[in-house]
Amino acid sequence: MPDDTSALQLVLSGDPTLFAIVRLSLFMSLSAVLFATLIGVPFGALLALTRFPGRETAIVVANALMGLPPVVVGLAIYLLLSRSGPLGFLGLLFTVQAMIIAQAVLVTPIIAALARQTIEDLWAEYRDEMAAMNIGPLQRVVTLIWDARFSLVTSLLAGFGRAAAEVGAIIIVGGNIDGFTRTMTTAIALETSKGDLPLAIGLGMILIAIVIVINALAWVARRVGERYAG
Amino acid sequence: MRTPALDLPVRLLEVRVRTGAVAILDGITMMLEAGAPTVLVGPNGAGKTTLLRVAMGLIRPTSGLITWGGREICPPTRRAIMFQRPAMLRRSAAGNIRYALAAAGVPRAKRDARIAQLIADVGLKGLEHRPARRLSGGEQQRLALARALARDPDLLFLDEPTASLDPAATNAIEDIVRNVTARGVKVVMSTHDLGQANRLAGEIVLLHRGRLIESGPAAEFFASPRTEQTRKFIAGELLV
Amino acid sequence: MLNRRLLIASVTLGAALFAAPVAQAQDKSIIVASTTSTRDSGLFEYLLPKFKAKTGITVKVVAQGTGKALDTGRRCDADVLFVHAKAAEEKFVKEGYGGPRHPVMYNDFVVVGPKSDPAGIKGMKDVGKALVTLMNKKADFISRGDNSGTNKAELRLWKASGVNIDKQKGPWYKAIGQGMGATLNAAAASNGYTLTDRATWIHFKNKQNLVIEVEGDKRLFNQYGVFLVNPKRCPHVKVDLGQAFINYLISPEGQTVIKGYKVDGQELFYPDANDPNA
Repeated sequence: MPDDTSALQLVLSGDPTLFAIVRLSLFMSLSAVLFATLIGVPFGALLALTRFPGRETAIVVANALMGLPPVVVGLAIYLLLSRSGPLGFLGLLFTVQAMIIAQAVLVTPIIAALARQTIEDLWAEYRDEMAAMNIGPLQRVVTLIWDARFSLVTSLLAGFGRAAAEVGAIIIVGGNIDGFTRTMTTAIALETSKGDLPLAIGLGMILIAIVIVINALAWVARRVGERYAG
Repeated sequence: MRTPALDLPVRLLEVRVRTGAVAILDGITMMLEAGAPTVLVGPNGAGKTTLLRVAMGLIRPTSGLITWGGREICPPTRRAIMFQRPAMLRRSAAGNIRYALAAAGVPRAKRDARIAQLIADVGLKGLEHRPARRLSGGEQQRLALARALARDPDLLFLDEPTASLDPAATNAIEDIVRNVTARGVKVVMSTHDLGQANRLAGEIVLLHRGRLIESGPAAEFFASPRTEQTRKFIAGELLV
Repeated sequence: MLNRRLLIASVTLGAALFAAPVAQAQDKSIIVASTTSTRDSGLFEYLLPKFKAKTGITVKVVAQGTGKALDTGRRCDADVLFVHAKAAEEKFVKEGYGGPRHPVMYNDFVVVGPKSDPAGIKGMKDVGKALVTLMNKKADFISRGDNSGTNKAELRLWKASGVNIDKQKGPWYKAIGQGMGATLNAAAASNGYTLTDRATWIHFKNKQNLVIEVEGDKRLFNQYGVFLVNPKRCPHVKVDLGQAFINYLISPEGQTVIKGYKVDGQELFYPDANDPNA
């Protein structure tokens, strides 16, 4: 990014570097939420619908992991993905994929814990009808996830919020490489360290605006979906 | 007429259901046979809903024995139940029925025609595409009935099917009960409406505090009650 | 059904995402672990496009403190290290983690502090004397405290001035464990003194009341070295591309580019690849 510019000027002039950073941030956070959803929602459903020894413990742990410290996650993934670590052969350190993995790890417990609550509530409502219709366990899970999809949007948004705001983990595993792994949050951290606080705040405003827009879109989608699908 | 129902007769032998120290059903012995509807009556808390659920196979008795067509284990493939407060799936009215058809194993190609028929049977024409949860209480009740009928049951349990309906809708439901009975479906229902019990029942069963007080043909039940409790109940004097 | 389509879409996306690094391995790029001061000074933004235009090689810079950068090299996570802590670099090379080391350039450190200068060190020519004065007057001093090259230089200066800072440190000496920019932010916010490299200082935008107090002492010179991570230990190191970058930095052409990088008319880095003692 050129020096001596305000964030507003960058937006107004359509600064290509800024837009590349925004695009990367969105791609990373949305991918992380996607993977976290594919893992977290079925896991949440499992916790909601099955009874096994240690289930209560698993729920408490899942709830607690919502507060995983990003730096610790970043460090653990860094050690895993480092060339001298167990997964070093993948060559993923300092790539966008590494950042997606780190964020997915941070977001999965959030989505799993919130999905469990949502699905458990719906299950309480559907339980008798499903028993009466002789619905098998797998179909039961699919139905509950599908029917809870609009409520689950809220858990996905919580996960997205966490991912979009996160900097501690991705700066470690991504390396904040200009043009490759620099995102909104790591750029903000960088500008802060350069002492360009107005630009850092400006970028922060843009990030907040983007998060608000995404939330608004999801809200509208949920409203429209509920109107047509009940 | 259809092939004889495999689930019938349903026999209950000394069935008890307890939660903690409270006996909800306290030694029920009875038999549900093919033919005219069996109507359960009794004050609130008598155990009607629990008895329906036990007969449906949703609740296992704490003690005692229940058999369907002589079998102790019999998955509810040809039985259906409509709950007093049915839960609506978060889909359209048609989607709710489609789900029940799929669950009952109706082939995909036949579902649309069945949906149209069932929607017409319960008088919900024009509301097919409404989200089920936006329907009125009475409409939801009828949709739940359509969903139960979608299973093409031999044995249909209805828990106070007309409790929240206006007279016209009540008549429609009663017609449906007569129609399915004529097709050979055994209906077992509970109601607080003694007139309705009289109109529909082959056999009436009076429950009170989890016990079976009296059962018999409707005409006898109303004309010559055999127990003091039945007499009081008909007079509206039997208390919980 | 919609579920199935969603599943197929996600599996495809997942596969595409994780197939990407394989494709990346084909293209010409290297990872250089370097220091925050080279990044924050803007040198890379000036130099790397010229290098790419000439060779087609993309340089991905991971800017860390020198200590962290050396660790990154030790873990085989970088191809080239470009750092400034001569003693640590020589140890790194001697232990077989990489090398040989080539001197590239130097810049210098300055002591900055509040304009009001409560300790009265402004204009001192002897950085040792200035530091001892700060200690005696218990003036607020912000240290990087992050094992970076700058942090190591600071500790070396205390030692050279006859001060055992581990024993002397008190509430006046704050080791904040952060990068140069954050340290300057802290000094600006608390009217404290700190040691910074000149490049970061010139580029730094949140100076507030901070000014340069001490500069020009020879002991404040800050030498940068560059070297390849040992490919015998780390088979993934891209020897050819990495060496091309090193060769460029120490070539007459690269040295001229470094000399030509100016901010506000000031030269920030002084090329010295030809000085065998650097």
